[in-house]
Formats: sequence, C-alpha cells, structure tokens
Amino acid sequence: MLVRGRTALLLLPIAAGVLIGAGPAKLAPDQMAKAARTDTITIPTPGELFAALQKPGKPNWTAAYRAPIPTTYKNRAQLALNLGGLIADGFIAVEAQDSQQVKNIGSDVIKLAKALGVSQNILSRSNSINDFAETNQWDSLQEELEATQNEVKNSMQSHSDQDLVILVSIGGWIRGTQVVSGSVAANYDARSAKLLRQPALVGFIQAKLNDVSPELRNDPLVKNVNDQLTNLEKLVTFPAGKSPSPDDVRKVNSVVSDLMQQIQHKPDAK
Amino acid sequence: MKRQFFLATMFVFAGVVTSLADTDAEVNARKNALDVAGAFTNDGFKLRDGHWCGTLKAQDHALIAVNLYAGNQYWFAVGSADPVKKIAVNIYDETGRLLTTEHYEGGDRAAAGFSPNDSGQYFVSVDLVEGGSSSFCLIYSYK
Repeated sequence: MLVRGRTALLLLPIAAGVLIGAGPAKLAPDQMAKAARTDTITIPTPGELFAALQKPGKPNWTAAYRAPIPTTYKNRAQLALNLGGLIADGFIAVEAQDSQQVKNIGSDVIKLAKALGVSQNILSRSNSINDFAETNQWDSLQEELEATQNEVKNSMQSHSDQDLVILVSIGGWIRGTQVVSGSVAANYDARSAKLLRQPALVGFIQAKLNDVSPELRNDPLVKNVNDQLTNLEKLVTFPAGKSPSPDDVRKVNSVVSDLMQQIQHKPDAK
Repeated sequence: MKRQFFLATMFVFAGVVTSLADTDAEVNARKNALDVAGAFTNDGFKLRDGHWCGTLKAQDHALIAVNLYAGNQYWFAVGSADPVKKIAVNIYDETGRLLTTEHYEGGDRAAAGFSPNDSGQYFVSVDLVEGGSSSFCLIYSYK
C-alpha cells in the first residue's frame, strides 16, 4: 500500500469513481523503442539512488565522502562532469545530515558553475542551500540540489552549451554508482546490489554522448568516459530478479572509481 | 503543506515566465499534475524537479522511458487541460508487460503508483481515454 493517512484523505476527491487504467496488456517492441527519453525524467537523480540504498539499512554516508576536488579546471567538459559529481556529493552530505559539508559542496558547485559561465541564475540557489543547511531542512535541500542542477542545465541549453548537459548527468551517475557499489562492496547485501542493474540507463547516456559535437566527443576525457561506458553497460546488465555477486559489484566499483579519478584529476593541482 | 503549495506555485510561475513557448493549456496541465503529486509529498514522497509535457490526440497515448530503483516507491502523476474528460496513467516493465499498480483517476488528472521489484527500465504511458486533443504534463515522486 503506497498511500496512507493524510495523503489518502487528500486523494479521496480525486479517487471518486476510481477506475483501473485500462491500457494495452503488452507494448510492442517498436513502441518501446520509440518511447520518449529525456534528461530530466529518464535519468534518475543521485537522490533516488541513495534513497533506495538506505532501504535495507542506513549506510555509512560519511565514509562515502571524498577529499575536496579542484574547482579550477580549464576544460569545459571536465568542469561539467565534475559539476555533476559534486551535486551527487551534495546528496551524500544531505543523507549524512552534515550541514557544514552541504555548505562546502554548495560553495564548490557555485565555483564550477561560475567557471562554466552559468552562475548568474544559481547564486540565489547557493543562498537557499546555505539557509536550508543552517536550519537542517534536509528534504528541502534535496529539492534545492536537484533544482540547482536543472538550472545549470537550462542555462547551458540557453547558452548553446547543450552538449555539456549530458556530461553533468554522467558525472552525477558515475559518482552515485561509485558510492553505491563501494558501499555494497564493503558490506555486501543482495538487495542493495540489485540497484546496480541499469543497462538501459547506460545505453541511453551513451546514445546521448554519441550525439554531441565531434569536437566534444573527441575530447580525450569524454572519449575515455564513452569507452568505459561500453564496458560498464556489460557490467550492470544482470537478468531481472538476480543480484550481482560481490565480485561483480567490485568490478563495477573498480571501473567507476577509476573513471572518477580521471574526471577529477588536474595535473597542475597543488 | 505551505511549502509544497509555495513550491507548486513557484514551479508553475517559473514555467510561465521562463518559457514563452508554454501554452495556457500546458501550464494548466502542469498545475493539475502538481495538484495530484502534492498530495503524495505529505506522505514523504520527494517530487522530482523535472516534467514531461506534450499534446495528445483523442484516444491516443504517449510513452516515456524511466529508470527506477528496486526498493523505492514511485508515483507518476499526470495532469491535462480542457477538453480532456478522462486521462489515465499505466506502467509497463522493460519487456512491455502491463504492471498492476495503484491508480487514481480524477477526470483531467490521474496517477499510478508502484514499487518495482527490479531496478531498470520501465515505461509510463499517458492515455487520453475520453475528450478532445489537449496538452498533458507528467511528473513523478519517489521515496
């Protein structure tokens, strides 16, 4: 039962004359192939992934923290990938209910956004993140983080930087997958391991990446990410109902951790 | 509750001022979807800050792919506008099989909720059951 209490009451007027939706019993393969796929609906947020991770038991969120990353990359593709990863870090800090960490990450998100030239619209978001962190409004912080990410993406689209949008999503997905696979590898749980089953998502991300400009596609970092996604797609493909083994989980974690290292690497970082 | 109303209002307002291409019908459809989804936030569901809008012809349907996680609970809420009389939401698994879900129908708005057993791809279908061609808007929430 998904609805209880106040929600059920609120839905009573809506539910008046309830009918079970009568759609066709089976979709044809071409219908599924032609289904719409969008960045904002088809790609889940790190928050959704982390919500599922903590169902069997609360993970050690602070163990998932990483050292602060540089915020002065010259390469715009690298900036976009790291921005997505940092927003995923924000979701981790929210799950850990660590207000100082949320504020630190919010500050770094703004620095990366400024470097990408999209900060004008999100400065107010930064203030909101700080305010919500100060007052421990964790649900509002989750909403604000996702809204910040979407605002950055909207700004990219309006500045003809739409090719970078998918990189923000990829950065977030890789960081989220690193955290989940790391957590499951450290403390194996078959239910949590099932979260790594996402072949269609990787396929969609890769298809979007193949649509970006040749110049961006041939960027060495983007090219490497794309190559590794092919490998990752195989690693996150399991039959429905089956959990990946501890060894499978470690393999996923190894690939995404290596990718994160490359994404955050800055040769001249001191 | 006040915050949810504020968010819903701002969401609709932002849509109005940021996208001149949005029609009145689409704004109304989004508002109706948020009305339904707002009820679920009272039960701890978090609303995704994204939406999918389009137009539907009579007796037609629109389909979108989503990627969901086992263990989470989801509600997909859709709103539409005049002259839609009845709209429905259905969910299919990655093989195209229609899933049993909880349903709410309220004429020009509807919702379907379920908890996936497997992580992976699912398809959400928005069906215009009765009425004329109009805009629709889909949003979803999870916990």
